[in-house]
Amino acid sequence: MTMLFGIPLPALLGQLLIGFINGSFYALLSLGLAVIFGLLRVINFAHGAQYMLGAFTAYLLLFYTGLGFWPALIVAPLMVAAISALIERTMLSRLYDLDHLYGLLFTFGLALIIEGTFRWYYGAAGQPYAGPALLSGGTNLGFMFLPNYRGFVVVASIVICLSVWLLIEKTRLGAYLRAATENPQLVQAFGVNVPLLLTLTYALGAGLAGLAGVLAAPIYQVSPLMGSNLIIIVFAVVVIGGMGSIGGAIVTGYVLGILEGLTKVFYPEASNIVVFVIMAIVLMLRPAGLFGKEI
Amino acid sequence: MSSLTQTGAAASPDDSVKTGHARQRSLSRIGLVIAVIAVAGLIAAPFFVYPVFLMTVLCFALFATAFNLLLGYVGLLSFGHAAFFGGAAYFAAHAAKVWGFEPLSAILVGAVGAGLMGLAVGALAIRRQGIYFAMVTLALSQMIFFIFLQAPFTHGEDGIQGVPRGHLLGLIDLNQPLNIYYFVLAIFLFGFFAVWRIVNSPFGHVLQAIRENENRAISLGYRVDRYKLAAFVMSATIAGLAGAMKAIVLQIATLTDVAWQMSGEVVLMTLLGGMGTIFGPSLGAAVVVTMQNYFATSDVPVTVIIGVVFVLCVLLFRRGIVGEAIRLMKR
Repeated sequence: MTMLFGIPLPALLGQLLIGFINGSFYALLSLGLAVIFGLLRVINFAHGAQYMLGAFTAYLLLFYTGLGFWPALIVAPLMVAAISALIERTMLSRLYDLDHLYGLLFTFGLALIIEGTFRWYYGAAGQPYAGPALLSGGTNLGFMFLPNYRGFVVVASIVICLSVWLLIEKTRLGAYLRAATENPQLVQAFGVNVPLLLTLTYALGAGLAGLAGVLAAPIYQVSPLMGSNLIIIVFAVVVIGGMGSIGGAIVTGYVLGILEGLTKVFYPEASNIVVFVIMAIVLMLRPAGLFGKEI
Repeated sequence: MSSLTQTGAAASPDDSVKTGHARQRSLSRIGLVIAVIAVAGLIAAPFFVYPVFLMTVLCFALFATAFNLLLGYVGLLSFGHAAFFGGAAYFAAHAAKVWGFEPLSAILVGAVGAGLMGLAVGALAIRRQGIYFAMVTLALSQMIFFIFLQAPFTHGEDGIQGVPRGHLLGLIDLNQPLNIYYFVLAIFLFGFFAVWRIVNSPFGHVLQAIRENENRAISLGYRVDRYKLAAFVMSATIAGLAGAMKAIVLQIATLTDVAWQMSGEVVLMTLLGGMGTIFGPSLGAAVVVTMQNYFATSDVPVTVIIGVVFVLCVLLFRRGIVGEAIRLMKR
């Protein structure tokens, strides 16, 4: 068997793949957080709950209406986005003039409500969710065995991240968004409907979380607490990357996922704290984060 | 970065400046009266209310008071205070059970341990401000959670069970309900008085200056980072005092006390009672613990109730109970 650094190559590559997949979710979620934070200046604590909501919506769609993975991939994120837009319009938008910490506290309460409700109905145990039949099975790449669905998740997350990045950096809507980030009053004065833009942004961020949730459903079990465990790691990812740039959030997400996977190979005991340790080191060396600007 | 209490509590920004001192004096006189009544009530309480419930409230009240020192008076929202509360509970439980320490020394071990953890976490966290500070403290406390989960002395999911209450200084038997109640009350009052003393000292006034305008405090020559770190360590130590006490009272130390939900609960207690007020957090703690007790036996999930109260507080009731009371009295 081929060995690398004293580790069998397939084991190493297997953990790398798992790391890459985890990294895909970190990237998708920290991207959504960064998009929301950029414009609303709100740290969306409910992001994990929205991710869980996406997965659960897919599960419930299959259970009650028989809609499978592919329709759910479109419908579930839209539903999460719509609910989130409603919450933003009716409640969150009242907090913009206050200290930003109130946005964090509000979304924290929201996360407790959503997760608590689902836990009440469905218990803490996970529900299995079958992935698409089209992507069942795997491919032998010669050096390792790649389950098709996992390969799809990696590709899909890269495509989604790139599209959002292009949307924000290259389109007119994205230009409004970036302008409103810099100076909302001025953009409003130019006749752009900034409150609408804020709602759309929150819906976009939440929808991304929902989409990540649907993608995650066949890999991890669908459980009410799947989001809250993830969101704190994503917060650390966001602190490491700094929320100054969309691209930075994406890159940091993938890199940390892979580093976490590698830690599982070389020092498994530390694998669930490695992201936090890296955060501590980054805070010591570059307090603003790797891609961040002090704000 | 505007402060949390400033934007939240002061409806008209100039009223805090105009009448500041005179109002503070009359309010502190009312505060003294309330304090005397409260202490008298607490001394009489175990004859009317189940002591273990009262002691739980006192532990959380001290925890919230310690947390408020940071949020209410320095404007720093730590989302990781459970690490100090629950960490100290583990240290104290281990000291009492495995090392056979008498209860007071075991509690001191817990508080000092929490203070040292606070020094490490605080030194990192104060490098970022505002919302990042909250995220950094949350992330670091999650790291501490995982360390406690894996460390052998905490016994993982089981926690440290059957912690002996022991004999205070080898003399007073704390297995007697009244003995331990007054012991807990004494520690609570000590911690509460410590926070009150810190807040009203020249040091505390610098902290409040940092809360109101950090940049101005820097330009006046204060080494803001040192003040923040000192406040963080004090807050962590007193939170640890509360957690260590809880371990002795309930005779158990578990992962629940270090989990992030606990960090959220203490935020809620402080917010509900009134952040930046001296009595608010204790009152908030009493309300939240009572609520949890009440709903624990009902069908309604406690998490959802906590979340709803959280959302309502943030949307409609940002001054909290005591904050609203003070506002009404000022009229």
